[in-house]
Amino acid sequence: METREMTCINCPLGCLLTVTKDNGKVTVTGNTCPRGEDYGIKEMTDPRRTVTSTVRVKNGSAVKVPVKTKTDIPKDKIFEVMDVIRKAEVKPPVHIGDIIVDDIAGTGVPLVATKDVE
Amino acid sequence: MVDVCIIGAGVAGCSVARELSKYSLRTVVVEKAPDVCEGTSKANSGIVHAGFDAEPGSLKAKLNVAGNAKMEELSKELDFSFRRNGSMVICKDEAGVATLERLLERGNVNGVPGMSIITGDEARKLEPNLSSGVVAALLVPTGGIVCPFELTIALAENANVNGVEFMFDNEVTEVSNEGDHYRVETDKQTIEAKVVINAAGVYADKIHRMVSQEPMNITARRGEYCLYDKQCGQMVDHTIFQLPNAFGKGVLVTPTVHGNLLIGPTADDIPDKEATNTTAEGMNRAREKAAESVEHMPANRLMITSFSGLRAHEDGDDFIIGEPDDAENFIDVAGIESPGLSCAPVIGEFVAEMVLPAFGNPKQKENFIGKRTGIPHVSQLSEEEREALIKENSAYSVIVCRCEMITEGEILDAIHRPLGAKTMDGIKRRTRAGMGRCQAGFCTPRTMELISRELGIPMEHILKSGRRSHVL
Amino acid sequence: MYCRETDVVIIGGGPAGLAAALAVKAAGVESVLILERDTQLGGILNQCIHNGFGLHTFKEELTGPEYAARFIKRVLDEKIEYMLETMVVDLKSDRTVVAMNRKEGLFSIKAGAVVLAMGCRERPRGALGIPGFRPAGIFTAGTAQRFVNVEGIMPGSEVVILGSGDIGLIMARRMTLEGAHVKLVAELMPYSGGLKRNIAQCLNDYNIPLKLSHTVVDIKGKERVEGVTIAEVDERLKPIPGTEEFYPCDTLLLSCGLIPENELSGSAGVALSPVTGGAVVDNTLETSIPGVFACGNVLHVHDLVDYVSEEAENAGRGAAEYVKGQKAGIVPEDDTVMEMKAGKGVRYTVPAKIRPATVKKDVLVRFRVDNNYKDVSIGVFYDGRLERSVKKRTVAPGEMEELRIRKEELDKYPEVKEITIGFVE
Repeated sequence: METREMTCINCPLGCLLTVTKDNGKVTVTGNTCPRGEDYGIKEMTDPRRTVTSTVRVKNGSAVKVPVKTKTDIPKDKIFEVMDVIRKAEVKPPVHIGDIIVDDIAGTGVPLVATKDVE
Repeated sequence: MVDVCIIGAGVAGCSVARELSKYSLRTVVVEKAPDVCEGTSKANSGIVHAGFDAEPGSLKAKLNVAGNAKMEELSKELDFSFRRNGSMVICKDEAGVATLERLLERGNVNGVPGMSIITGDEARKLEPNLSSGVVAALLVPTGGIVCPFELTIALAENANVNGVEFMFDNEVTEVSNEGDHYRVETDKQTIEAKVVINAAGVYADKIHRMVSQEPMNITARRGEYCLYDKQCGQMVDHTIFQLPNAFGKGVLVTPTVHGNLLIGPTADDIPDKEATNTTAEGMNRAREKAAESVEHMPANRLMITSFSGLRAHEDGDDFIIGEPDDAENFIDVAGIESPGLSCAPVIGEFVAEMVLPAFGNPKQKENFIGKRTGIPHVSQLSEEEREALIKENSAYSVIVCRCEMITEGEILDAIHRPLGAKTMDGIKRRTRAGMGRCQAGFCTPRTMELISRELGIPMEHILKSGRRSHVL
Repeated sequence: MYCRETDVVIIGGGPAGLAAALAVKAAGVESVLILERDTQLGGILNQCIHNGFGLHTFKEELTGPEYAARFIKRVLDEKIEYMLETMVVDLKSDRTVVAMNRKEGLFSIKAGAVVLAMGCRERPRGALGIPGFRPAGIFTAGTAQRFVNVEGIMPGSEVVILGSGDIGLIMARRMTLEGAHVKLVAELMPYSGGLKRNIAQCLNDYNIPLKLSHTVVDIKGKERVEGVTIAEVDERLKPIPGTEEFYPCDTLLLSCGLIPENELSGSAGVALSPVTGGAVVDNTLETSIPGVFACGNVLHVHDLVDYVSEEAENAGRGAAEYVKGQKAGIVPEDDTVMEMKAGKGVRYTVPAKIRPATVKKDVLVRFRVDNNYKDVSIGVFYDGRLERSVKKRTVAPGEMEELRIRKEELDKYPEVKEITIGFVE
């Protein structure tokens, strides 16, 4: 059995959730709406985050282009994703939505540019 | 072998350097910091004292009154900011009036012109924000305010233009008397000089002891200050002093020459000559004392910075300027605490008179350039003047520091002038970029880009001031 | 000096300026000019590379540059004129704008109306009165953000953050991702000024401790920061002796509040609120100077850019109507002004005045409360008489609140002098 406390981030109320996982069954208490329960279950079973950072630009109008994972990725992959981002380099021009890395760190999610750089 | 080696590029050392640059002497200035004006000269009240305060007959009294009289002329010659705003010493009880009378008398003996004692009401007519408890004040029309950085930098630049060499990042480790000359060792090199000038600020006693047995002891007397936003700069027009005490002239309230409000300094003797930190207690004390002088002290949130400076206080309570009996051609310029800044215009001459006989009293050189034009203060120019300047160089149209409205052109000037700035503090003291209410939050990256571009220094290597003060 | 005329001049090309310009154009005023001091449009969003923007406006989560790009594209599509690297150096009460840039030098613009959209700046160390040395390595969070995200250089590796404003929280995560060790976020107040989501995803995700009711009481290091001393504070926010703890670090980031950047407004004589630091405006977002409008963070500091855009549209519309009214020579017949007051528990309201004659629909009023409260009832009072109220489970100073003043209520009480928003006792 695993129990964790977390603050729900869905609204300013910020309910303090107690999430318990027992034999694969997840229960949430402390929430005041269904969104809180969904959040608690998701955080306990498959927490995901969108990673935003910057990638070095070779000889462009800017030294860095901001990027993000196109969708969220498993939370425990964040630092692996960052390792790939740090080593990446792009040549201009780059446009919003351009794929910088396909399938970053084995997540199946592409890394895309979030700004134009000429 | 050089003729004269000046140790220390503070206001005293630079004043001597500038004066000696009028003669055909080979003069060098060695300075442990990477720029001029990095010690006591950078952190003080910026006041040009009138000279009523010093003991009659003391060096402080003599040089202060003379320095005050020459400051305006020098400010025009060397193009630095100075304003004769007048000072006031206030007292809040009848007993204090006797002290004012004593100061008046002392000022008269010292030769301070135009002083008078006025009533509390008369004082408040001149200064509406003055405390309601003020019963009388000594009004001193010759008091003034100056930008200590501009003054020191102007003296140094002009000395440099006239041939004085500055060696920065050179900390003196040893001075030895070689009979007919001195050997000055720094952590970088050795300089052989016929005459040595010891203008090493709080460390002047340490340098002095390298060559002389005569006693000298300098204590760092820390003063903490709070500087307020320009919106508070109209709070007072005169410099408001309280009655002097054993530790000096007490906490003052003054406009700065650039329009901020400055309060301080406290006075605490401390053992560590590097301890230029502020303390919560010290800042509170400065504010509490200032609140005794004026009504409605600005709120704390209107403070833009606080700083502390170390006065070089010598045990004898006076400047020590001259040759010790046991070290010929070694001249101390020591114990230069307040009113040292005020004396800057004449310290150089005073010292030169001691130096020149060693070189057979040479005549001034004909090609001496006495006039300096400083960096233009673009934000203070009229629209016409500004337009003309921009036409000449469009860099004067690009604002880098939004608070003080300092342009790229001014920063480029600061970098490329004689003894140009290499550090962030160097730019700041020459242009005021970063001295405004956001305290360099906005302009730091932009200024760094300019330093990096112009001097070819990678961003990661740019310093705030000292050797280990990497910004990034 | 080169001089030109423009119907609406917008000072600042960040989110507020862009949305205001679009609204001016949409209201049928063609002559509009954005003056931007940076090398690109978008303002501070260009360095806010994290996501979470646009949930209200676009119903999707965008990063700062993406949110800005959508507005910039519309500005370009609408062929709205803008000047980059152009600094406004003076604004006069007759709406003459004096600006300069490399191409034109110093020039002036006679503006029919002006929209102030200059944004805000961060409170520096000096204003916080933190004692200690003044070494390199002390940055406001936004300056550090620029170094990391725009210049691509890390300002340090061992980091302490003072203040739990959103930029500080975002930078705690950002510097951690880039390999720095963020040791602690200290917050003077007993609650964080940042969004809950940022505390969860920027601090908790990375096990960065948040110490509430703590502050920096000393900075060590003469040249570069060598460490800071943190102490707990009492209810009066004074450090408690004996609670000091030393944290070795090379960098101190400050995220201790934002201040509307109203230097220009001041030079024009615009009346400013001592509470918000921004202009005192009416429901059209017009300031005390006729024809000068304000919106975005220069008016009051927002938490969400979506609300900035919405507010700026309102200011843009106001400016457009003003210009059209002036051109048509319309003099408003009814110049009744009602004052908006912040009542119990409320720090301020924007707008601070309502001119009923200009109200077409409802008036959106945004406000902040002065502390954390649970289960409160916030009322609208007309001349002190409670008209209606809404219940709130929780309110916090860090989260902006809103209420609407209904047109029918204004019609119902034409003689009212004062409308108050505050807690119902």
